[in-house]
Amino acid sequence: METAFSSRFSVLLKSQVLELERIREDFPILKRKVKGKRLVYLDNAATTQKPRRVIDALVDYYERYNANAHRSLHTLGIEATEEFEKSRRGAAEFIHASPREIVFTRGTTESINLVRFAWGEDQIKKGDTILLTLMEHHSNIVPWQLAAKRSGAVLKFVELDSQGRLKMDEMEEAIERSPRLVGVTQCSNVLGTINDVARICRRAKKAGALSVVDAAQSVPHMPVSVGEVGCDFLAFSGHKMLGPTGIGVLYGRRELLEEMAPFQGGGEMIREVHLDGAKWNDVPYKFEAGTADIAGAIGLLAAIEYLSEIGMEKVRRHDLELQRYAIEALKGVRGLQLYGPERAEERSGVVSFNLADVHPHDLATILDGEGIEIRSGHHCAQPLMEWLGVSATSRASFHVYNSYDDIDALKAGLEKAKEVFGL
Amino acid sequence: MSAEIYKEIILDYYRHPRNYGKLENYDISARDSNPLCGDEIEMRIKVSDGGKIGEIKFQGKGCAISQASASMLTEFAKEKPLDWVKDLSKEDVLKLLGNPDLGPARIKCALLGLKVIKTGVYQYLGAKLEDPSAGE
Repeated sequence: METAFSSRFSVLLKSQVLELERIREDFPILKRKVKGKRLVYLDNAATTQKPRRVIDALVDYYERYNANAHRSLHTLGIEATEEFEKSRRGAAEFIHASPREIVFTRGTTESINLVRFAWGEDQIKKGDTILLTLMEHHSNIVPWQLAAKRSGAVLKFVELDSQGRLKMDEMEEAIERSPRLVGVTQCSNVLGTINDVARICRRAKKAGALSVVDAAQSVPHMPVSVGEVGCDFLAFSGHKMLGPTGIGVLYGRRELLEEMAPFQGGGEMIREVHLDGAKWNDVPYKFEAGTADIAGAIGLLAAIEYLSEIGMEKVRRHDLELQRYAIEALKGVRGLQLYGPERAEERSGVVSFNLADVHPHDLATILDGEGIEIRSGHHCAQPLMEWLGVSATSRASFHVYNSYDDIDALKAGLEKAKEVFGL
Repeated sequence: MSAEIYKEIILDYYRHPRNYGKLENYDISARDSNPLCGDEIEMRIKVSDGGKIGEIKFQGKGCAISQASASMLTEFAKEKPLDWVKDLSKEDVLKLLGNPDLGPARIKCALLGLKVIKTGVYQYLGAKLEDPSAGE
């Protein structure tokens, strides 16, 4: 098994980009065993593990300065507010936005739903077209289906080529026909395909369409600048980028946020409330009703700082190395079908596949027995599964702490699964 | 929960499912899916004189555990009185599978067929169904 393939890559057995051993030390969970085996965590597109620094930031907040932000005038309240707002500035800097354009949400899903309600309720009208793609996650489909049902708008989906890349000519033609909104993922959570969102958003702007970019799988893996993307809205989650669950970001262009109606009503989002009405707070607070996930935001900042110290260019290059290695390794497994673009450069973060007639759930169970954690199922992208002609796929996804050893373990696990299934 | 659960008999029923297909002439039809996995099972039953399960066939897609257990269940249920289905338990199904150590994530796959046959038969008998996999 460890023949020509391994020797071809032996030069690269350690990442050339990252100090992997030092990085792995930062993640306490990587020391645990699963079924008596070394944990090989390859489900990062679902959620990533957390470095010590993020865990410490949460504990530090709760132990030292736990208080509500933007309300209490005492010392703890001031410290909590300062750290919370520092997190907003950190998130803004990370994607080259202004802090006023950063709305904290529960995650990508809530971010997109915020756009659907606060912008869409007023702006999406009967007969409007909402343009999406076949590779969207349910979180960038279902909110628009609901919006369409309510308003009488129609949904249109741009198709993919045989390698799972967007048909750009089709996309551009569809944009020419002036949709009200274009919703597109920057990186597919199933195929790994990276989309040229800058080109799409530029076209959308020209055609007078609003652009919403799902960046849940891109912001954690590559440098993203909202200025370069040129989008109106961009959404991502903290927990897929080494941060805690429960915190996410919606970037919105300032002018749009100013014009939009609030999302939820409650505390913090108001300036004045009287029995006959209320005045809204400034952006972004207008969209943050109720007590925010303060600890989550502080943990997210710790994650952003951690990633920034490594450098997102390096994070991307490490991911590219793993993609190349994984594609090559999996091509060597007989009976395995790989999905997505053939060139590693066109993809990020994930490798999806099916192994002969082994159902992904059975495969995941067998791999789990070897300590290898992958995702199996429809990955919240059932329209894409239908397009692929499968009900499910297996998916290995990477982050900074993954190594070639992890991919070798995956390959050995796949061979074991073939044995179990008599293939 | 690991490779040991894939006993030969499970793989055999997965690859060569008995009673697979769709009855055109039937009295009972039920379908269910597992939202986590996307496993799907549909069963149709022709009730014979005397209130027994005369013919039974299933169709579906999903993992080896869900498809094999559904197939085994159809064989097991054939010629049994409809009332017998009411007493059919989770343990009975696991026994058919050879009592594998499935763990909480996969046991729902094994019990999907049970849920479908119970749904169909209970509806036919006008009885109330309690989810056999609830509380797992």
